Amino acid sequence: MLSFRADHARARDAVLTKVSEEMIEETGLTSIQSRVTDQDEYLARPDLGRQISDETEARIRDECTLNPDVQILVCDGLSSTAVEKNVPNLLAMLVDGLEERGFEVGTPLFVKFGRVDVMDEIGKTLGATSVVNLIGERPGLHTAESLSAYLVYEPHPDKPTAKKSVISNIHVDGLPAVEAGAQIIDLVERMHDQRGSGIDLD
Amino acid sequence: MSITSRITGSKHTFDSVREVLAKANEEKSGDQLAGIAADSEAERIAAKDALGSLSLETLRESPVVPYEDDEVTRVIQDGVDEAAYDRLKDWTVSELREFLVDEQTREPEIARIRPGLTSEMVAAVAKLMSNMDLIQAASKMQVTARCNNTIGAEGTLSFRLQPNDPSDDVENIRHSIREGLSYGVGDAVIGINPVEDNAERTKRLLDVTKEFIETWDVPTQNCVLSHLTTQMEAVRQGGSADLLFQSLAGTEAGNEGFGIDVDLLDEAYEFGKEHCTASGPNIMYFETGQGSELSSDAHAGVDQVTLEARCYGLAKRYDPFLVNTVVGFIGPEYLYDGRQVIRAGLEDVFMGKLTGIPMGIDACYTNHIQADQNDIENLAVLLTAAGSNYFITVPMGDDTMLNYQSNSYHDASALWDIFDMGPAPEFETWLESMELMEDGRLTAHAGDPTRFLEGDR
Repeated sequence: MLSFRADHARARDAVLTKVSEEMIEETGLTSIQSRVTDQDEYLARPDLGRQISDETEARIRDECTLNPDVQILVCDGLSSTAVEKNVPNLLAMLVDGLEERGFEVGTPLFVKFGRVDVMDEIGKTLGATSVVNLIGERPGLHTAESLSAYLVYEPHPDKPTAKKSVISNIHVDGLPAVEAGAQIIDLVERMHDQRGSGIDLD
Repeated sequence: MSITSRITGSKHTFDSVREVLAKANEEKSGDQLAGIAADSEAERIAAKDALGSLSLETLRESPVVPYEDDEVTRVIQDGVDEAAYDRLKDWTVSELREFLVDEQTREPEIARIRPGLTSEMVAAVAKLMSNMDLIQAASKMQVTARCNNTIGAEGTLSFRLQPNDPSDDVENIRHSIREGLSYGVGDAVIGINPVEDNAERTKRLLDVTKEFIETWDVPTQNCVLSHLTTQMEAVRQGGSADLLFQSLAGTEAGNEGFGIDVDLLDEAYEFGKEHCTASGPNIMYFETGQGSELSSDAHAGVDQVTLEARCYGLAKRYDPFLVNTVVGFIGPEYLYDGRQVIRAGLEDVFMGKLTGIPMGIDACYTNHIQADQNDIENLAVLLTAAGSNYFITVPMGDDTMLNYQSNSYHDASALWDIFDMGPAPEFETWLESMELMEDGRLTAHAGDPTRFLEGDR
């Protein structure tokens, strides 16, 4: 019973840690923030975690590739550990793989305090055809390293959740990053072929 | 409409039934997030007082989302038995509460009023009740359902065996099924949440569970909890499903977020009656949970307790075999801590039973809310007392795929022991034949998954 409690303690701590500046820098991500200002607000106000400020909108319009085929986001979500463990490998693979298949990939962004659906507002702002959002899942007892990829075709804030796709459980004991990368690339291709995501896909 | 109360010594005025319903709720972070909660404890109590004085007719005539705008409202309103409604429309909400907690009122009396209730009435009375009121009233209500076995009969407490795996690994899933069955759980359903939502994966997991059930002759049902359309496609491709599953919301817009509507549910229900492998008649499985509408911005200014009751009103249309709230799953922005999770769990099971659906619960929590295993063990004890039909169980209380904690396989025997209960009757007979149970108690073989190794059969 105490080993259960020990795992729970570790998971609770993972919720509170942050993605390091070094990782963001080393992976070449441009860092922005949602409208959320601190961790407590992040947990309490999912609406703010889905939005970016007017200044941030202006900034990304200025600094990022506009109208890309695919925009990639990384969000800390509820587990910074998941981002730190998986993103360095996965991101490079995704960019290379998508470009190899002829997609123009936008400027990858790191969104501090970002929720899944922040991809709608950012994708729309940048005029992206589709968005891939890599986000840390809430930690479990077994692993705090689990990452999810949420995908949307033609992002828009009114897009219902059912019209989005997800690949979850990306971690060493689930879906390893290399396999996840291949699956995400295939899914992006299907989304562009069929012009939809989520339940709009065959 | 203006509704007032002076119970706190000063005058509180509310502009609509929807506002009174929202402000009468016990404290919930989700109602605060939606900006509709009471501003103070005094206002909360005034709203309860005002709500108690409303007639059931007022609630019938003020659905929280207009009839013209929302098909969930239409399902609930059109489903009301007008003769039953006429007999109770003059009751106040307070009188309904008094009727339900009266020790003279038993299941047959409650069964007579049920067809006249709307979800707004069900939610309203829950808001006037203390935690023990909810347990007392729920405990006398009995809603049984029948698929390959019978759930909800007096003296029984059933469990879903949830053998989820982070990579949908078939052998891991089989091991988890063996372990769960050896602890005596699995009579509600052997139900898997797949990592990947596609027909091929769903069919594969349906086939694995079905084959296991047939090999060992287990009197239960299987289900793979992918999207409803995915499950139907898997069945069209030859998959064997006993139950069809779907998550429900309490508004049309919320269901759109889930990619469903009443037409699709109707179609699935007819499809299931024809193609599901179970003998039935109850073949649908639904999950719900306070806060899901707000999370998809589809709450229409309505509080999460009332929206949850509306999910049950919708579920009732399909005579389900299982309905459970997944209380505590969604996060601290809707239910902040163990106290709010426990309150919500008690409300949900009470409201489900009053609606007349066979109600169970996933008593659970995630690692970003202020709760731990003790909180949900408390909730499991309270809800066994309240007569929940079933609980969700996962190995060691930890779901390694969905990353949250629920009751464990071995919690079942503790609850049976505390309350002198047992599994569904057909399942108990089968456990006895497997020498896992004797005279209503687990034997020394319990917890030994090797009893279900294929070579031994």
